[in-house]
Amino acid sequence: MQFFGGSDISPSPPAPTASGNNAHMMYVFNRNGVCFLYREWNRPLHTLNAQQDHKLMFGLLFSLKSLTAKMDPTSMDKGNLGVPQLPGQGCSFHSFRTNTYKLSFMETPSGIKIILITHPKTGDLRESLKYIYNLYVEYVVKNPIYTPGAPIRCELFNTSLDQYVRSIS
Amino acid sequence: MDTNDSLRVASLWHSMHAISQQLSPTVGCLGIELLEADTFDLHCFQSLTGTKFFVVCEPGTQHMEGLLKVIYELYTDYVLKNPFYEMEMPIRCELFDINLSQAIQKDRVALLGR
Repeated sequence: MQFFGGSDISPSPPAPTASGNNAHMMYVFNRNGVCFLYREWNRPLHTLNAQQDHKLMFGLLFSLKSLTAKMDPTSMDKGNLGVPQLPGQGCSFHSFRTNTYKLSFMETPSGIKIILITHPKTGDLRESLKYIYNLYVEYVVKNPIYTPGAPIRCELFNTSLDQYVRSIS
Repeated sequence: MDTNDSLRVASLWHSMHAISQQLSPTVGCLGIELLEADTFDLHCFQSLTGTKFFVVCEPGTQHMEGLLKVIYELYTDYVLKNPFYEMEMPIRCELFDINLSQAIQKDRVALLGR
């Protein structure tokens, strides 16, 4: 029997269950930094109000992107730190991990940013984000009564998104 | 990157580390451990006193946490126990540099053997 077993300082969150309650939340930003979709599945901790939370998330992604563009060891000519970059320009990142969550990030050529926050043990989600982008194109962009830039209120999109996210393991 | 750039990157990382804790969906978040960029992976280890160590490596490299702990050990042994070292100053300790490059070399050999 082990009494002093836990040398781990940080308590890791419970492992994902088989039913796939794996994703915590999802954000979609347009290129102006407006959050036009926010979905929440499992988020026990709220530190800020929704608007500030979205702003902070966008700022984090923006700064991390300029950091990776600056640190990129493979290219020689890098601009100054913090200069705004077009989508696809410079070295970007696709995910980061902390001890409590994993954030996967995708930016489309039109500047739409899709962010999915899941359990830290989740694998590579780049393909899943592409699939979610496809859902967005199919159910939101092709929706004739949707005005670009407005918050997404498409029932079909929401249900298929929920269904898909539940299937991610 | 020159000294100013590395200072800017370090302060940016410090704030990103703090913000990532604020955005956590559950309690007990200790900040970013691994950042996966398109061309590199950045592993970060934060000691209990708040000193942060980075390793920048090829995408997908495993076992970097162990290397970071070894480097932290070298730091405590050769830098903090050095009587001529002043806290918060740039590290200029020959023994630390030698042992650090040895540790990296050893890790590279181990990686090739794996």
